[in-house]
Amino acid sequence: MAEEVILLDVLLSMFGARVRIALAEKEVKYENKEQNLSDKSPLLLEMNPIHKKIPVLIHNGKPVCESLIIVEYIDNVWQRKAPLLPTDPYQRSQARFWADFVDKKLYVAGNKVLTITTKGEEQETAKKEFLDTLKMLEAELGDKPYFGGESFGFVDIALVGFYSWFHAYETFGNFSVEAECPKLIAWAKRCMEKESVSKSLPDQKTVYEYVVQVRKKFGIE
Amino acid sequence: MSSKEEVLILDFWGSPFCMRVKIALNEKGVGYESREENLFGGKSELLLSSNPIYQKVPVLLHNGKPLSESSIIVDYINETWPSPPLLPSCPYEKAQAKFWVDFIDKKVFEAGGNIWRSNGEALEQAKQEFIEILKQLEEVLGDSDFFGGKAFGFVDIIAIPLTSWFLAYEKFGGFKVEDHCPKFSAWIKRCLQRDTVAKAIPDSEKVYELVAQLRKMNGIE
Repeated sequence: MAEEVILLDVLLSMFGARVRIALAEKEVKYENKEQNLSDKSPLLLEMNPIHKKIPVLIHNGKPVCESLIIVEYIDNVWQRKAPLLPTDPYQRSQARFWADFVDKKLYVAGNKVLTITTKGEEQETAKKEFLDTLKMLEAELGDKPYFGGESFGFVDIALVGFYSWFHAYETFGNFSVEAECPKLIAWAKRCMEKESVSKSLPDQKTVYEYVVQVRKKFGIE
Repeated sequence: MSSKEEVLILDFWGSPFCMRVKIALNEKGVGYESREENLFGGKSELLLSSNPIYQKVPVLLHNGKPLSESSIIVDYINETWPSPPLLPSCPYEKAQAKFWVDFIDKKVFEAGGNIWRSNGEALEQAKQEFIEILKQLEEVLGDSDFFGGKAFGFVDIIAIPLTSWFLAYEKFGGFKVEDHCPKFSAWIKRCLQRDTVAKAIPDSEKVYELVAQLRKMNGIE
């Protein structure tokens, strides 16, 4: 039976990255359709009328939205390879908790760092919040190779897309992630050794240049 | 030969998030102990150590292992005690249910909060937004008895406790949900007829008094 899998995506998005990585882990063939969020396509508006955001996975014409929900969906549909979530209910709940933490805390803290206007107190506050969040994640990782333990899984997928944005965070926040969270950098590099990850993530320079452009556009010095 | 299950909820009587957990356990026929937290006076050591990241209720302790974030807890309850199932088994329908859970989580309580926290023009705006959200949910419900279709399920469990705060919104906002969203009101009544729900949800008048107290504490006239 012919499967039609389409991903409405934006290369630089850490949320889009999650879905790319999940599909790559499962070796699912799909068509990637890069979206222009300043001029949203009729297809995007039709497939995600509620949030009008990417990523959207369109599987045999039916849309699935919200990146973590999409990753769970992918795990449920393509079960033969690479399980992304553990089978034990408690471990699953922990994986969902930490992926949700990345969404609730890291993304918001990261945006505050990227939109810093004045150096001094504002920068210090944003930097502290961001680094505190990263440190909590580093503590959760502990000495495990991946958040999931021995194998790459759900929380790794939820977080690793942010690695592309580290150079931008570091520059505008004036800190070094490696200096503050060396274990996390080691984890990120370990993930990047996987083809499913390295082929799915944009390089840090491209992301940085994009942020510079956006800051200019919104008059953020 | 069954091992003794220890199921403990760190609770607050007025929290819709705690009510979700109780309803889910009731639906599964699982007995539990609930321990009331004093959120205004001082959080217990157990709460702070079980949920160090957010320090919030509800926390579910299952045989000593802590879980936080109500939607994640309900998911865990569903997977640990499979009968009766609260989510569809079909991956696509499961993803749709999770999408609406996420929508409700992101929108309803915050929109309601905007009503009781504001006055004047801001209050009018907040009312409109709140009603729009309920109208969106009415569309999702359609002509079904429950969000789960014929059977009460995950989305219903996530949504129904939030309605215990509606009387407070109505009184402070000067409107009635039933006038704008009759289908939604009918769904509320249908859910409250279930014993598993009714015994977990406090009287709306008591919640109204709680919200009045919160308004005072926040310096709102």
